[in-house]
Amino acid sequence: MAHIQVPEGVPGIRSLVMFRPETGQYLYELAQVLLRGESPLSEAERELIAAYVSSHNDCVFCMSSHAAAARYLFKDKKQLVDFVLTDYQSAPISNKLKALLNIAGKVQVNGKNVLPEDVEEARRQGAIDRDIHDTVLLAATFSMFNRYVDGLASFTPTDPQAYEEMGVRLGEKGYALPHNS
Amino acid sequence: MPHINLPKEYPGIRSLFIYRPETAAPLNGLVQQLLYSPHPTLSQGERELIATYVSSLNHCKYCSTIHGAIAKHHLHNGNVVEKVKANPDDAPISKKLKSLMKIAGKVQISGKEVLPSDIEAARNEGATDIEIHDTVLIAATFCMFNRYVDGLATWAPDDLEVYDRMGKQRAEEGYLTPPFKIKS
Repeated sequence: MAHIQVPEGVPGIRSLVMFRPETGQYLYELAQVLLRGESPLSEAERELIAAYVSSHNDCVFCMSSHAAAARYLFKDKKQLVDFVLTDYQSAPISNKLKALLNIAGKVQVNGKNVLPEDVEEARRQGAIDRDIHDTVLLAATFSMFNRYVDGLASFTPTDPQAYEEMGVRLGEKGYALPHNS
Repeated sequence: MPHINLPKEYPGIRSLFIYRPETAAPLNGLVQQLLYSPHPTLSQGERELIATYVSSLNHCKYCSTIHGAIAKHHLHNGNVVEKVKANPDDAPISKKLKSLMKIAGKVQISGKEVLPSDIEAARNEGATDIEIHDTVLIAATFCMFNRYVDGLATWAPDDLEVYDRMGKQRAEEGYLTPPFKIKS
């Protein structure tokens, strides 16, 4: 049960932004710009970074929903999502994405852990400023969402089907603030 | 030196807001709502103390110093800011705020650290659902800002007088007005 009185049966972040739309509107706007706005990283890659950081934070709701969105967006390459979540170093992804996942993993622990050599390695693999910026902000943002969702003990569905449906919705419609009915 | 090419006249989050205005808009709107907009019960100073405490636990020099300065200007008391950073339990703040600080400190480690007993302790001191919600979200939000600011190695000035001037501006104007240049 959630720590506060949120709408019943509504999972994760959705229940929290329905409780407090004054802050929820900015959280959804941030997710939409960061995950769906203009970026050198594809929407699928950005969802993958979100799922990767959420898995490091052991946030089941965020990890499962963003992994589902990444699978939907990667289409016939969807199996690489689970490769990355298990061991990204041996996953069939570009060296650039590996270097960015290394940075994201460091941000998850603490921003100061990102060293000049991590950034240099990403640049050697073709990353530009915006790749690095978006990766750091994605990792930071999911370090927030994960704490928000788990810190209030919001409802985490256990049925994989529920996440698959979320993945389709996030892949097709992106992030729109849910309204209280 | 920052990891990416940022405007040199502005420190910390302000250099990132100018670099990427598309994400700055919701980020700044969020912080304005959480820390500055009217709240039914938590004062601006109390909310800034939570932001300062979490930033200090994350060792984020820029965020802990600037939010400490903003809190000081709201509360007209620099001593309470230093005491909260050292240990909220020994600080001259209400028992309710101490119980909320305990929740914030746990969120800084992981959301899962917050136990029903922590929530109950806060409720016993009179904390409401909105206070508990906003405490968790302020703590989570600063776990983001701290990582964003330090993960890109933004400039954190050494001169405390600079933070005091920036802190006075934010305490008076909120977060949405343009920043002044620190370097020309």
